[in-house]
Amino acid sequence: MSATATESATLERGHIGEAVRRHDAIPKVTGEFAYSSDLHAAGMLWGHTVRSPHAHARVLALDTSEARAMPGVHAVLTHEDVPGQKTYGLEFPDQPVLASDRVRYFGEAVAIVAAEEPEQARRAAAAVRVEYEPLEPVVDPERATEQPPLHPDRPTMGHGYRDDPRPNVVRSIVIRRGDPDAEGDVTVSGEYEIGQQDQAFLGPESGLAVPDGEGGVDVYVATQWLHVDRDQVAPCLALEPEQVRIHLAGVGGAFGGREDLSIQVHAAMLALHTVRPVKMSYSREESFVGHIHRHPARIWAEHRAERTGELVSVRMRILLDGGAYASSSTAVISNACTFAVGPYAVENVLVDGLVVYTNNPPCGAMRGFGAVQSCIAAEAQMDRLAAALAIDPVELRLLNALEPGGRLPTGQVISGSLPTREVIRRAAAIPIPQAEELPRDVIRLPGGAGNTTRGDGVRRGIGFAVGFKNICYSEGFDDSCAARVLIAADGRSATIHCAAAEVGQGVTDVVLQVARTELEIDDVVLASGSTAAVGSAGSSSASRMTWMAAGAVQLACRAALDERERTGVAVDVERVYRHPRTFELDPETGQVAGERAHVAFAVSAMRVVVEVDVDLGLTRVAWIGTAQDVGRAVNPLAVAGQIEGGTAQGLGLALMEEIQVRDGAIANASFTDYLIPTFLDMPPVVSELIEDPEPDAPYGVKGVGEPPTVVSTAAIVSALRDATGRELSRVPVRPDDIVGL
Amino acid sequence: MRIALKVNGERSEADVWAGESLLSALRGRLGLPGSKNACEQGECGSCSVFLDGTLVCSCLVLAAQADGHEVATVEGLAGDGELHPVQAAFVEAGAVQCGFCTPGLVVATEDLLRRNPDPSDDEIREALSGNLCRCTGYQKILDAVKLAMAR
Repeated sequence: MSATATESATLERGHIGEAVRRHDAIPKVTGEFAYSSDLHAAGMLWGHTVRSPHAHARVLALDTSEARAMPGVHAVLTHEDVPGQKTYGLEFPDQPVLASDRVRYFGEAVAIVAAEEPEQARRAAAAVRVEYEPLEPVVDPERATEQPPLHPDRPTMGHGYRDDPRPNVVRSIVIRRGDPDAEGDVTVSGEYEIGQQDQAFLGPESGLAVPDGEGGVDVYVATQWLHVDRDQVAPCLALEPEQVRIHLAGVGGAFGGREDLSIQVHAAMLALHTVRPVKMSYSREESFVGHIHRHPARIWAEHRAERTGELVSVRMRILLDGGAYASSSTAVISNACTFAVGPYAVENVLVDGLVVYTNNPPCGAMRGFGAVQSCIAAEAQMDRLAAALAIDPVELRLLNALEPGGRLPTGQVISGSLPTREVIRRAAAIPIPQAEELPRDVIRLPGGAGNTTRGDGVRRGIGFAVGFKNICYSEGFDDSCAARVLIAADGRSATIHCAAAEVGQGVTDVVLQVARTELEIDDVVLASGSTAAVGSAGSSSASRMTWMAAGAVQLACRAALDERERTGVAVDVERVYRHPRTFELDPETGQVAGERAHVAFAVSAMRVVVEVDVDLGLTRVAWIGTAQDVGRAVNPLAVAGQIEGGTAQGLGLALMEEIQVRDGAIANASFTDYLIPTFLDMPPVVSELIEDPEPDAPYGVKGVGEPPTVVSTAAIVSALRDATGRELSRVPVRPDDIVGL
Repeated sequence: MRIALKVNGERSEADVWAGESLLSALRGRLGLPGSKNACEQGECGSCSVFLDGTLVCSCLVLAAQADGHEVATVEGLAGDGELHPVQAAFVEAGAVQCGFCTPGLVVATEDLLRRNPDPSDDEIREALSGNLCRCTGYQKILDAVKLAMAR
């Protein structure tokens, strides 16, 4: 689907289904687009955060006097200065705005400073004296449930989850279906480990808080969900929600890492205290402790099958390290468990999932949200099973493919679209390029410009994987999106308000395409996102925003047209869209309490060619072909971009990306030491879009951002296994693992 | 300290502190935030500018070092009301998502095509491998560079 030089004709103003140039592309290529770190206000101060150097410690004393006396410093604030609620959290308010008596992770915020110049703020922050008494950190998730509780008040209990009295349990889940002990002809088992991945968005956490002179504050920030930010910020400031207006500033990537608060409360506190605008912008090093990460995981799996290849039972245990605070861990473990088996039909299942508190870096949402970790284990198991049965791996997957009418381990029947077989067949049919001949430019060999090989010791491997994931929020969450449509008196132009966060994925264009399609008006603008102008859109996450924003804008446009037909004057109409209701899982059996726990699904299959220098452990991904179930491609150019970019993030987890944690402290908080894929690491990606409309979604759309990230790590490791013959049960795969050291 | 330099063809002056980077001076003092601050240690290329015609990471150059020199930033590429061909190609090919890497990539692509108007795919990949992009997987950027070449 990649546009080539000759076929790149794209539209400036398109409708649903047309390849549209990004609305914001021109200001982004000229440098005019205002990201949150570019904001400036007259008389503004710079904020900086004092952070804990310990993963676990008691705070014995805080002395801010020296910092307060430094030149240019206007404020040094601690937990005592938090005007309202002292803790916050995306789902459970278990995280202090500023630590009081205890710090629970390396980099936890302890105090904040505002000064005239950024350098003055940094120096003043360094001059805040904090006396710590280091405590034994809880760092091994397998032992966390036997160690003293980090949150004795158990903030995630009493919310309908399984009552698990063990210390440091964030949530435990059991999904039991049929007879998990049922015997098959063949059994394969494995243990898998997934390292901690960072979102590594390029635009650092940043924003500007401006006091309104009447006790309230405007916060301009890069975020994924404006209204849930407001609902967390206002109580901490002891303000009414209307007194806190959150406005979307330019977002330099998100990938889940901007679901939780970063600078929002801190910048607002400093602004209200100094009565000056306050800007905060994290450095890259600070960004590594300024947001949550993908959960590291350990997974134990046992698959049993008949000689024919038919799955008989799957048993899995999944352990996620949630780190110091809950964030969205309760939902991540649910996803990891409900997608543990993969898109396969199996009647007998036992999944035992647990996410724990530790003193490691807090974990939460990252693209793929639990399904990534499970897919790595489940697909490795399918490859092992294929080998044990001497069945072609693609055939084994086709044989067991879950399709509409089939049942998930939660008992949910697939009622909508899930073209698993079609996706597998199409991905498997993409022709693989011939092996390149030797000699060749070293750039196209493992080790690249490092010039480590001329081709000897290089082996080719081909891998395949399938992954799937939910679209939209699940388990009974009241998932909604508002949109407001204003049609001008002359009926020739319209303005849309929708708080859907444009994080780079292109939802702005989706909104405009829907509005043009529905209103049949070409001159449509989307106002900048603000909590002051329209109701909540929900989050740009869970591959939900295209579906939800399209639903809301469609609904509001149709209502606006109706009203205009009745009245004949300018109209201003707001509507709230909801997708079909979902239901909770039974806390003891994991069986869905109603029709469905997830509203819909998207499936993706991927074929990968790698070359591996088996002597040096160096790898090169040579080619990737993928077929993805996209429902309906609203903007095919943007869909291909999501697939290619999502694949790159999965490649990073497969080969290089891991936050190195030592006794709770991050050892590689920079792009020098935490590596993300470069231009040379990414091969061409051939993508095929499978358009099987989702019956419950507007225009049949599905989200497209997450499936490529879910499947690509698994597919790349599958190819590495094929090349090396090694088990490679841990990602990222290290040179040592390939060489067998 | 006070520095005087030419930025995008115009004479500019700024008061900076001795340890301040050119990137910080451009963004904070000269009103040119187009060059981006993603890593500030020369790993990501988001802050790429021309210093006397040479491609540099402006985060690794002291503002004081630019005193008396000429700097060209992404803001200086487009003509009056008209995008530079590299910029137009990035827009058309879908090479922009969040866009935070885009200014640096546009500048680095301009540098590549000045030095080598007809690079191979491998040469493009290598020349731009110092510019990190987290959104696109680079494929549409490759398409954009080839589109710019074709023009």
